[in-house]
Amino acid sequence: MTIHKHCGDNCHDSCCLQITGLGVVSDGRTILRDIDLHIHCGQIVAVIGPNGAGKSTLFQAILGQRPHTGSISFQRSGGKKTRPLIGYVPQSPAFGKGDPVSVLDFFAAAVDAHPIFLPVPKKLRQRVAECLAHVHAEGLIDQQLGSLSGGELQRVLLALALEPLPHILILDEPFSGVDVEGELQLLLLLDELRRTFDLSILLSTHDFSNLADYADKVVLMKETVLKVGTAKEVMGSPEFARVFHLRPRKEETP
Amino acid sequence: MNLWYALVELLPFEWAAPGHMFFMKNALLAVLVITPLFGLLSTMVVTQKMSFFSDALGHCAFTGAAIGVLCGMDDPTAASVAFAIALSVLFTWVRHRTTLANDTVIGVFSSTAVALGIFAATFDGGSFTKFNSYLIGDILSVDPATIGLLAVILLLVVVLWIVSFNRLLLSSVHPVLAHSRGIEVAWEEGLFTAAVAVVVTLSMTWVGLLVINSLLVLPAAAARNLAKNVRQYHLFSILGAVVCGLAGLFTSYYLGASTGASITLYLAFYFLLSLAGQSGRR
Repeated sequence: MTIHKHCGDNCHDSCCLQITGLGVVSDGRTILRDIDLHIHCGQIVAVIGPNGAGKSTLFQAILGQRPHTGSISFQRSGGKKTRPLIGYVPQSPAFGKGDPVSVLDFFAAAVDAHPIFLPVPKKLRQRVAECLAHVHAEGLIDQQLGSLSGGELQRVLLALALEPLPHILILDEPFSGVDVEGELQLLLLLDELRRTFDLSILLSTHDFSNLADYADKVVLMKETVLKVGTAKEVMGSPEFARVFHLRPRKEETP
Repeated sequence: MNLWYALVELLPFEWAAPGHMFFMKNALLAVLVITPLFGLLSTMVVTQKMSFFSDALGHCAFTGAAIGVLCGMDDPTAASVAFAIALSVLFTWVRHRTTLANDTVIGVFSSTAVALGIFAATFDGGSFTKFNSYLIGDILSVDPATIGLLAVILLLVVVLWIVSFNRLLLSSVHPVLAHSRGIEVAWEEGLFTAAVAVVVTLSMTWVGLLVINSLLVLPAAAARNLAKNVRQYHLFSILGAVVCGLAGLFTSYYLGASTGASITLYLAFYFLLSLAGQSGRR
């Protein structure tokens, strides 16, 4: 089921997403500027930064929903440049508890033209069940959206983002509203998906507790990229301390 | 229509006997056409949290009629339909271009429309009483041409549902996700609000302005309490509307009360039952 050849740091004949000099201006206010990012397939990249740092805007720009300057290019394995197919897991609103919309309804409405107020054909139901199975959520198919826990909802949205199978998976704050147990399961799942489908995964988070365990690369940003590296490198940097108003470490005096 | 009369004459009611009581036969057909229509539209009105909007539309329909009368039209239906469509389109447009909350925008539109309607109705010393029938509704005013028009609209709404229901649902349940999957529903939303506007206006004179919104809110509100998925939601809404519509029509005939009010009371009872059913389920 692998759709990309795995690649190392050398992008010669492998796939990668390259963002160069990206900027977004809205109503005369600079939201993003001079963003340079390079993401390889099979990597999990965590974007961190304070509220209003432009994380969501960056994702919207990559999704093509936000006018921007600079370039975003994607290179398939083999060196061919194309528009990347992106799976997106947005930050989720709280659903009304009693909304008469089941997971099947929601999913089928998004991936198929069959009007879902009519009886659902077996084939479509099976297709949805298969998609849900990718995220181990096939048991949720007849649940109402409003009755799902935060973690369950993220799984359903994740399954939706994988249909059709994208080159890049983007998750906006996937851990907000998800409890510790749910977060762990979600992380295991992301790791599994990355291996199975050789996906690049780009996510934003406010939770730094186990960043080092899953993120291959951490990007600290506020308006622009301040620091890129491993979780340890970024969280130990003076930029990190400054952005999050931590007390600077005492410099050793010579 | 003759085919319909022949069919109704087979029913075992005294009013169904051949050759008379055509108004009741018309009314029965009208109820059978508008209740599924209201049941269907109702599901989206409730899902999109538009019950206040549909209420405002009713007021606007009256205003159109008042303006039509002022302009010297004998039958102001065309004027009220045109006015309601114009207002619903304008409303949808403003809603997408303002940061104000929905209910605030509706409040602005609704009160303006009502003020304009009362102004037009009482202009130059006019009497408001000739508009009383709009408020309470008169089932005697049902005419076959309007029923035919509503049947066509029912058909069009079903087509709209088949073509765009999935997209409308997705964009109302999860707008951000819908947007990210390239789903834009501006024209579908416009068509839907226009459909609500036309249906409300055309049936206003039968059902009554004061209670017409109940037909757009109660069926789906009750169905929402009972349904677990979209299919059940539609089934319970449409079925509830049709059953309450028929029960209301017969009750009003035998007790001599307003049909619109009778239907509304049955729907309210249905809603109460659904609340009980919901608490039984949880």
